[in-house]
Amino acid sequence: MAYSDKVIDHYTNPKNVGTLDKSKTNVGTGLVGAPECGDVMRLQIEVDQESGLISDAKFKTFGCGSAIASSSLATEWLKGKTVDQALAIDNMDIVEELNLPPVKIHCSVLAEDAIKAAINDYRVKNGLAELETVAAAH
Amino acid sequence: MELNLPIYLDNNATTPMDPRVLEAMLPYFVEKFGNAASRNHSFGWVAEEAVDYAREQVAKLIGADAKEIIFTSGATEANNLALKGVFEMYASKGNHIITCTTEHKAVLDACKHIEKMGGQVTYLEVKSDGLIDLGELENAITDKTVLISIMYGNNEIGVIQPVREISAIARKHGVLFFTDGTQAVGKVPVDVIADGIDLMSFSGHKMYGPKGVGVLYVRRKNPRVKVTAQMDGGGHERGMRSGTLNVPGIVGLGKACELCMNEMESEGTRLSAMRDRLEAALMQVEEAYVNGNREHRLPHTTNISFKYVEGEGLMMGFNKNIALSSGSACTSASLEPSYVLKALGLGDDLAHSSLRFGLGRFTTDEQIDFTINAITTSVLKLREMSPLWEMYKEGVDIDAIEWAHH
Repeated sequence: MAYSDKVIDHYTNPKNVGTLDKSKTNVGTGLVGAPECGDVMRLQIEVDQESGLISDAKFKTFGCGSAIASSSLATEWLKGKTVDQALAIDNMDIVEELNLPPVKIHCSVLAEDAIKAAINDYRVKNGLAELETVAAAH
Repeated sequence: MELNLPIYLDNNATTPMDPRVLEAMLPYFVEKFGNAASRNHSFGWVAEEAVDYAREQVAKLIGADAKEIIFTSGATEANNLALKGVFEMYASKGNHIITCTTEHKAVLDACKHIEKMGGQVTYLEVKSDGLIDLGELENAITDKTVLISIMYGNNEIGVIQPVREISAIARKHGVLFFTDGTQAVGKVPVDVIADGIDLMSFSGHKMYGPKGVGVLYVRRKNPRVKVTAQMDGGGHERGMRSGTLNVPGIVGLGKACELCMNEMESEGTRLSAMRDRLEAALMQVEEAYVNGNREHRLPHTTNISFKYVEGEGLMMGFNKNIALSSGSACTSASLEPSYVLKALGLGDDLAHSSLRFGLGRFTTDEQIDFTINAITTSVLKLREMSPLWEMYKEGVDIDAIEWAHH
């Protein structure tokens, strides 16, 4: 199976690999997937509390090239968005942007889950209600 | 010597054909095209002579008699013929077959089919080194057991089963012994008499011969073994496998066997030295593990898990230059990692992190050097990106985390 150029580009030059300080109240961390499924994504956002915009996003991913590319792309998209705008990112947007084949759609789903989990962590830390979608998934 | 890219290290999947094999085959397409079963003219005689010669070459490699060689379309067909053919032929004696969980799918799926036809199949577990437990094998034999089917060398991890001990147990209980020899024949000395083998399958394209041709060895005396044909037709191959013989393929397989026989000793030494060097260098990487028994093993195979990185993602780092395969099944719809590695008791995470190296006749030292560098670099790069590696380094117990399963 050949990878799309965009997947190869994100894999070769991943954007925003790294770790944010998860103890800070304005940092939200999402850890999704499972080692035995072959995919684990950790995605973090840092929110500028004055502007309400996501000022930084980082990821680390254990998984195939498409999983790495999906999380790399997600961090790019998150930066500069408000938390509510970030919530609107849909996995199919990632599929489209990266030209993921059907067997790799789960990678985009995982990235969307990671975004929601990170936002949820941020919300809970800041005294906001847990997102319904995330609460339902557990 | 200069480095040739891309590097092919997937010789357990298929081998390139040796140019000497191709040369032997060429006259049998256009010029000497006869049907080996045409008994009444020179075209047929020429083809028959070529097949007879190849049959001798094949038989010699495994210490068999030429009459015991049944040509098939490949190892999958030979496996099916052995299992289903024995099951049908010996139905009056019993309906029980013993095999193991790390067999090739061609064996396991044929066994599943036999179960649907009313057969009983015992699937022995393997030990953590990939070898079967001989005590368990003997205990599994009942008065209904007609066949033991245990592979010679494993395709994924390369472990060699204790074939002589298995055949001794089979003999003691009057049970036939079939072995899938696809990965072993031509690579290590296999002798059907000394090894006590009653039936054995193997294939041309795993030993530098052509695709589309294989063999089922069927013992003719002590005991005389018979299998029920699985295809109806002209009664070729002593009635066990009908169909016009694939003369060019058979000629190629014969030549491939001859080359393997002549070069096995030096090739085995060369390949195991190269494999050991590759393995030793990659084991310098932190948290790398060799899967399967390292002593009883094919000379050209190693299977290594690099913990905390995922195999397919890892391969993407070098697959423009190096071809090999992974136990990660990230590409398959099932998302299930290798059943062979899981049978060793490996966690799914380690199974997902594995690479299989299959060296071959055309692998060079320069290619091994390149591979060591490329894989080491790729592992280190991906670990920098791996949340699991970070947790491991921070001393977090990854197994204690409650992961959400999809």
